Amino acid sequence: MTARAAERRVPLGATGGRPTPTASALDWAAQVRARLRRSVAAVLGGVVLAAVVSVALLAPVLATHDPIANNLTDRLQPPSRAHLFGTDDFGRDVWSRVVWGARVSLVVALIVVGVAAVGGASVGVLSGYFGGRLDLFTMRVVDMMLAFPALLLALAVMAGLGSSLLNVILAVAVAFLPRFARVQRAVTLTVREREFVLGAVALGSTHRRVLTRHVIPNCLAPVLVMMTVSAADAILVESSLSFLGLGVQPPAPTWGAVISDGRSFLQNAPWISGLSGAAIMITVLGLNLLGDGLRDVLDPTLRGEGEEPGR
Amino acid sequence: MKRFLLQRLSFLALSVFGAFTIAFLVMRLIPGDPAQVMLGDYATQESIARLRETLGLERPVWMQYASFVGRALRGDFGQSLVTQRPAFYEVFAVFAPTMQLAAAGALVSMLLGIPAGIVAAARRNRPLDYVTTTLALGGMSMPVFWLGLLLLFLFSFTLGWTPTIGAGAEGGWLSTLHHILLPALALGLSLGAMVTRMTRSAMLEVIRQDYIRTARAKGLSELLIIAKHALRNAALPIVTIVGINFGIQLGGTILVETVFARPGMGSLLISSIYQRDYPQVQALVVVFATSIVLVNVLVDVLYAAFDPRVRA
Repeated sequence: MTARAAERRVPLGATGGRPTPTASALDWAAQVRARLRRSVAAVLGGVVLAAVVSVALLAPVLATHDPIANNLTDRLQPPSRAHLFGTDDFGRDVWSRVVWGARVSLVVALIVVGVAAVGGASVGVLSGYFGGRLDLFTMRVVDMMLAFPALLLALAVMAGLGSSLLNVILAVAVAFLPRFARVQRAVTLTVREREFVLGAVALGSTHRRVLTRHVIPNCLAPVLVMMTVSAADAILVESSLSFLGLGVQPPAPTWGAVISDGRSFLQNAPWISGLSGAAIMITVLGLNLLGDGLRDVLDPTLRGEGEEPGR
Repeated sequence: MKRFLLQRLSFLALSVFGAFTIAFLVMRLIPGDPAQVMLGDYATQESIARLRETLGLERPVWMQYASFVGRALRGDFGQSLVTQRPAFYEVFAVFAPTMQLAAAGALVSMLLGIPAGIVAAARRNRPLDYVTTTLALGGMSMPVFWLGLLLLFLFSFTLGWTPTIGAGAEGGWLSTLHHILLPALALGLSLGAMVTRMTRSAMLEVIRQDYIRTARAKGLSELLIIAKHALRNAALPIVTIVGINFGIQLGGTILVETVFARPGMGSLLISSIYQRDYPQVQALVVVFATSIVLVNVLVDVLYAAFDPRVRA
């Protein structure tokens, strides 16, 4: 994505999430709560996400079989009471693999988004706050990285490092850093000019204090939205890597790997790829709904219209 | 305009440079001795030493980098370890099918996404809008490789309408078209979802403007307002979105080519990574990245040529 295109996602948090500088924080919090209750998308997405997280947490209870135990007498069984999602060509229970796979996807998404948000936002806030040459340099690098699809960047990293859970997390986090830097910088630029920041500076606050007490707390809303939609993207990229055989190593149960296992048996055993893919779609849909909903809730100026190009 | 052009061109140069750096890092990230990793466990000491010599691994890193960039600028990425032919040449053997797929996917996404987005915007907050935006969000949430498999199951295995793998017979355009149908649909549906959402935003942005209110006040029909006043003004941002998405599109070809076993840069990239053919991976990363940036800059420049406000 190009510089100008990235610039267009700025309005996301251009107001720092608050309607007007005069409205008190209390009013704003109450408004957010009220909007949250009305936002069908946010609630629905939250419920879906909560359900997926519960499945992942309860994997040992919900899984009916060992997710990696082969059972060659039960190969390619269609869904039944014994095997809810059927079995694959090694006789492994697809339901159990999908349930355990939720853990891998969610853990990867959580760590990736955490690392990318903290790293990217740090770069963005420093770049936006101090400006100058530092800003010019980092933003050129960010623009350049944003131009390449996350999957291509992640693949390049995986090609060098080789596949493992840690490397997947590292590869996807690197690919996601720049978008956080962009958003954080844009919000910082607007917050920096607000009266309370100017006031703090005038009163002689140190840069560290201005940043931690005034700038960063007012930038959280758009970063939160970015984290939610990026978690959805992280799951898609992670499962793509697993599908290509370059993610977490087999026989570990991951959604992408289960889809890939079922690929050769698509004609006779469509449930393997079909049902595991549905798990990805439901999870990603939940996160996207939540992200859309949060954007509406936190930034009413874009209600139902916000869209970042080239996500 | 001159300044704008210069700015975009410097971005292009910087990005190509960045692509070189990423490609260079691929080799540097390999844990241990890259020559050993590439040749495998059964390689002799002499052949490893020879490859280390060819790759210049004995020299300091900055010299390796400088010589890599120097050679890459001339399109010299060394030989593919698999075919023993120049890696750059191998990329161009599979360049066309990937570009065809990306272009076909872009076409499908526009044919689908633009009308859907316009309809959704025109019927904002009415049932049709909800249905369209929900479908679009669903499409965005689908992994493109899974969508490809679903289409394959439906159209190839169940209905038998389309071939399952490959890119068709050499030179037969009908066969090429037949083989590209399903992959393009997979790519286009996935991307069309995003185009729908962005077209809707672009249209809503325009519909808010005063001249639309004026048009309404004049008593023009809603159809005329949408078609003549709103769409013309939203057209440029929409085209830009499609252009930017071309990059994402190229990322998607990696997955779609794998699903449909199509020859192309994506499937070559994956098999090269598997075979530890690093010169080939480097050449592919550079060509992929450069094509994406080139299209993005081209779209930006075209946009500026049509819309003077951007040039500032």
